[in-house]
Amino acid sequence: MEFETVIGLEVHVELKTESKIFCGCSTEFGAPPNTHTCPICLGHPGVLPVLNGKAVDFAMRAALALNCEVASETKFDRKNYFYPDSPKAYQISQFDEPIGENGWIDINVDGEKKRIGITRLHLEEDAGKLTHVDGEHYSLVDFNRVGTPLIEIVSEPDIRTPDEAYAYLEKLKAIMQYTDVSDCKMEEGSLRCDANISIRPKGDDKFGTKTELKNLNSFANVRKGIAYEEERQESEIRRGGRILQETRRWDADGSKTILMRVKEGSEDYRYFPEPDLVYLYIEDEWKERVRGEIPELPDDRQQRYVNELDLPEYDAGVLTQQKVMSDFFEKGLEAGAPAKLLSNWMMGEVSAWLKANNKDITEVPMTPEGLAGMIELIEDGTISSKIAKKVFKELIEKGGDPKTIVKEKGLVQITDEGEIRTIVNDVLDSNEQSIADYKDGKEKALGFLVGQVMKASRGKANPQMVNTLLADEIEKR
Amino acid sequence: MERITKSQIKHVAHLARLEFSDHEVEMFSEQLDQIINFAEQLNELDTDNVVPTSHVFDVRNVLREDEVKPSLSQEEALENAPAQKDGQMKIPTVFE
Amino acid sequence: MSILDQRFAHIHEQLHKKELSVSDLVDASYKRISEVDGKINSFLHLNEEGARQKAKELDDSLGKDDVTSVLFGLPAGIKDNISTKGIRTTCASKILDRFKPLYNATVMNKLETEQIINIGKLNMDEFAMGSSNENSGYGPVRNPWDTERVPGGSSGGSAATVAAGEVLFSLGSDTGGSIREPAAFCGCVGLKPTYGRVSRFGLVAFASSLDQIGPLTRTVEDNAHVLQAISGHDPMDSTSAGVDVPTYVDAFTGDLRGKKIAVPKEYFNEGVDIEVRNKVREALDQLEKLGATWEEVSLPHSKYAVATYYLLASSEASANLSRFDGIRYGERIEDERLIETYKKTRSEYFGNEVKRRIMLGTFALSSGYYDALYKKAQKVRTLIKQDFDEIFLKYDAVVGPTTPTTAFKIGDKIDDPLTMYMTDILTIPVNLAGVPAISVPCGFCEGLPVGLQIIGNHFDEKTVYQIAHAFEQATDHHKQKPEL
Repeated sequence: MEFETVIGLEVHVELKTESKIFCGCSTEFGAPPNTHTCPICLGHPGVLPVLNGKAVDFAMRAALALNCEVASETKFDRKNYFYPDSPKAYQISQFDEPIGENGWIDINVDGEKKRIGITRLHLEEDAGKLTHVDGEHYSLVDFNRVGTPLIEIVSEPDIRTPDEAYAYLEKLKAIMQYTDVSDCKMEEGSLRCDANISIRPKGDDKFGTKTELKNLNSFANVRKGIAYEEERQESEIRRGGRILQETRRWDADGSKTILMRVKEGSEDYRYFPEPDLVYLYIEDEWKERVRGEIPELPDDRQQRYVNELDLPEYDAGVLTQQKVMSDFFEKGLEAGAPAKLLSNWMMGEVSAWLKANNKDITEVPMTPEGLAGMIELIEDGTISSKIAKKVFKELIEKGGDPKTIVKEKGLVQITDEGEIRTIVNDVLDSNEQSIADYKDGKEKALGFLVGQVMKASRGKANPQMVNTLLADEIEKR
Repeated sequence: MERITKSQIKHVAHLARLEFSDHEVEMFSEQLDQIINFAEQLNELDTDNVVPTSHVFDVRNVLREDEVKPSLSQEEALENAPAQKDGQMKIPTVFE
Repeated sequence: MSILDQRFAHIHEQLHKKELSVSDLVDASYKRISEVDGKINSFLHLNEEGARQKAKELDDSLGKDDVTSVLFGLPAGIKDNISTKGIRTTCASKILDRFKPLYNATVMNKLETEQIINIGKLNMDEFAMGSSNENSGYGPVRNPWDTERVPGGSSGGSAATVAAGEVLFSLGSDTGGSIREPAAFCGCVGLKPTYGRVSRFGLVAFASSLDQIGPLTRTVEDNAHVLQAISGHDPMDSTSAGVDVPTYVDAFTGDLRGKKIAVPKEYFNEGVDIEVRNKVREALDQLEKLGATWEEVSLPHSKYAVATYYLLASSEASANLSRFDGIRYGERIEDERLIETYKKTRSEYFGNEVKRRIMLGTFALSSGYYDALYKKAQKVRTLIKQDFDEIFLKYDAVVGPTTPTTAFKIGDKIDDPLTMYMTDILTIPVNLAGVPAISVPCGFCEGLPVGLQIIGNHFDEKTVYQIAHAFEQATDHHKQKPEL
C-alpha cells in the first residue's frame, strides 16, 4: 500500500509595528528583560486594551497579499488558558470572525506550480518568554514580548511533501517581507511554525489522525521534522500500530520527534467576545486604502524581471525569492549595471559567498552601487573577470569603492601589447619543452603556457591578448 | 439540563485552577445546580431570531496611533512579583 | 451640625472665604472615622499621611489660587476596586492583600485634577461580588442605621461611610446594583451612570460589559458635581463613549411639568415588600405634585434579568479573575509544580462567593454549554434592552423601588446564594440595558431607609438628576441621619 502525507501549517508572524497591539510599549527585540512592559501588557488589575490601528492595517495588508477575503465586520475574543507567559490568563485573539479567510498562495516545487489554500488569518497578541533554568526547579518569565501583534496564518491541508512545506514557508515569508509587515526572523521568533501531519492510503479522501509538530525553529527543520514524522507514522501503521492525536516536539540534535503530550479531545479555551474591545467595521474605503499600500509582491516582481529585463523565468524566481536580495538587485540596476550580468553575479558569487558565510545580504558592507561599479570595470576592460573575483572578495568583506580597490591594489588589467609580449617571451624562454609539446600537437601545453603568463603578470594581463601573443611568439620560434 | 455532577464540578474547577475539599465539591455542585436550574427559565423565551448583545452600544473602530509610550522600569515591573530573579519573574518550573 | 453634613456648595463658599481650611475638613473626617468606623467597618485602609500632606498643600495654595472646583479639598472615600497609585488596592480580597498599584484609575486622575482628598479605600464585597458586603475578605460592613444589618453591596463601604458622615462623598462601582442597593439600604444618593459615561480604566473588572463607576453622596446636587468631574471620553477605555457631557446642575429647576414617567408593574409585584411599595407610591404622588405624569407600563423581560445577569457577569468574571494567579503580583502559595501553585493560591485566597461565580462562569462558557447558557443569556439581554428602548420612546424616565426590601440582617441570606441574587432583581435590568439610574431616599420602614430608583435613557443622567433633585427638595428624607 502506498501512503500519502497530508500537511497543514500554522504560521505565526509578528507584525513590525513600533508599539504593542494594546498598549504603548515598544516592540523592539533584545532589550533587557521586563523593560518593555507596563501595567496594561502585564495584565495588572483594572487595565484595558486599546487596539493599535497599524496592527489592523498590517494584518489586513497581509490578508490581502495572501489573496484572502477581508471581513467587513470582525471582532476579538478571549481565549482562556492558564500559562505563566500569558499575563491575563487569556489571550486576546480572534475566534469565529477572523480578519481574513479563504486565501491562497502559489508555490513552485521542481518546476511545478501548486496552489496552497489559506483557511484563515487572524490577529492576536503574542505571549511572554519563558526560560527554564537547567537543573533548577524554577523558570523565569520575561514579558517584553507579550502584546507584540501577531498574525496567525492557517493553511488548508493542501501540502503533501516536506519540500512543498518548505516552499510554502519560503513563499509566505517572502510575501510577508515584500508587504513589509514583518521581519520574519525565525531566530528572533518573529516567524514561528507548527505543522499538522497525518498520512492516509493514497486515494483515500478521509484524513488520518494528525499529530502536531512543534519547536520547528528553522525552515530546514520543518522539512526534516515533517519527513521524520511521515516516516514514523508510516512505519507505525505498517507494524499494525495506531496514530494517536498528540503533540510532538522536533529535537534537532537527535533529528527526531519526541512526544510532548497526548491530546484529550480538543482543549476547552472557553472563547467569548472580548468585552473590552469594540467591533471593527472594515469598509471598502479602508480596505482599498490598505490595498493601495501593498508594495510589489514577489510574483509580480518576477514577472516584471522576465518581461522587462529579459531574465529567464528561473533566474527571476531565484532573485525575487528573498526581498532583501531582490531589493539589492533593484538598486544595482539603478546604479547602471546590466540586468543579466548583475543577475549572474547575484545568483553566482554573491549567493555562494553569503551561503558559505551564513550571512544575509543586509549584513555585508558591499553596497549595490559597489557591485554595479565592479561590473562596470569588467565591462570597460579595466579588470578581467578573474581579477574581478579578487575585487569582489574585498568588496563583500570590507566594502568600499571598486575603483579605489583596483587602483590601490594595482589590479588594473595590462593591455599594453609590448608589456605582455615581454612577459610572453620570458615565459617561452624558460619553457622550451612546452613549446616542443605544443608543436607536437599537444594542445594542453598552450593552456599551461597561458597559465604561466597569467601567473607572471599576477593575473593582470588581458587574457585574449595573452592568447593571441603566445600563438604569435611560438610561431616565430 | 441534567444535574451537575461532582465530576463536572471537579473538571470545571480544574479549568478555573481551583481545588475543593469533598465538602466544598458537595456544596458547589448543589448550589450551581440550583443556579443553573433557575437559569433554565431563559428557555421559556424563543430567541431564535434575536441577535446576542456583547456590547450595549454600537461603538466601532476604536483605534490608537502606533506610538511608543514610556514603559515601566524593570524594578517597577517586578515590584509586585511574589518572586524574582535576574530581572525576571521567578515561578515554579513549567517543564515537567 | 458637623461640617461633614454640609453640602458641597456651602463648604466651597466657606473655603473660598477662608472661614474653613482643607485641613479642618480632613481633621473632621479622620476624627469621625476614629469615632464611628469601628462600628461600621467601612474603611479597609486609610491614606492619612497622604491626605494630610495634600490638605496642607491645598491650604497653602488657597491664598494664591482661586478655588475654582466645587470639589476642591473635599474628603472622599474610594471603593477599593479603583486603582490608586501607590495606595493599597485589594478589592477586599486576600489575594491582593499587599498589592499597591503602579497607576491611577482615570477617575482618580480626574478627581486629583479637581483637588479632592483621598481619605482612604473602602470596604466592599470581594471583587464587587455580592449584595450585602458580607463577602469581604476583611469582615462585613455594617449598616449605620442598624449595625445588625447589612449596608447592601457590593459598594457597602461607599454607602455606609457617606451615611455615617465620615466623608463628603465616595466612589462606588455598580455591575448589577452595587451602588444603588447600598445607597437605598443606607439612605444616601447613589448613581450608576450610563455604560460608557465614566471611564472604566483602573476599575478592577468584575463584569466588563456591565461595570460602571459612580458617586455616592448625601444629596442629588452633590452627586451631580462628582459625576460631572469623572464623566467623559477616555482614550484608555475603548468602551467609553464620545458623547458630550452636559452641565448637570442646569437641570435643577425643581419643576417636573411635562415629564412623563413610566412605572413598570413588574416592580410592584408580590416579590416586593408591601411597605417598600407604599413608600414608592407616596413618592409617585409627590412627583405628580411636582408636575410629572406617570403611567403603568410593562418591562416584560425583567423577570429574566437575574438569570441573564448571573450567567453573563459570572462568565466575564471567570476570565477577568484568571489573572490573579500568583505570578506577577498578589499573594502566592508556593508549590514545586506550577499547576499546584495556581490551584493552591487561588483556592486559599479567593472567598466562596468569588469561587462560586468563577465556577458558574467557567461552566457557562465551557464546551457544550456555551450556546445554551452564555449565548442564550446574551440574546435575552437584547430583549431586556429592547424593553427599555421601547419605554424611552414614550417616557422620560422609569421609576420604581431600588430594592424589594429594606436592609436585611447580617447572616440572613449568606448561605443561600440564589435568594441573595434575587435582591438585585430591580437593579440588574438597568445594567443589562446600559442605562443610567439613581437611588434617592424616599422614606423609612421601621427605621430603615427605602430607596426610590429613577432610571433614564442612555446618556440622559440629566433628566434622572432633574427628577431626583425635585423630589429630594420637596421632601426631607435626605436630611435624616443615623445615630452611631
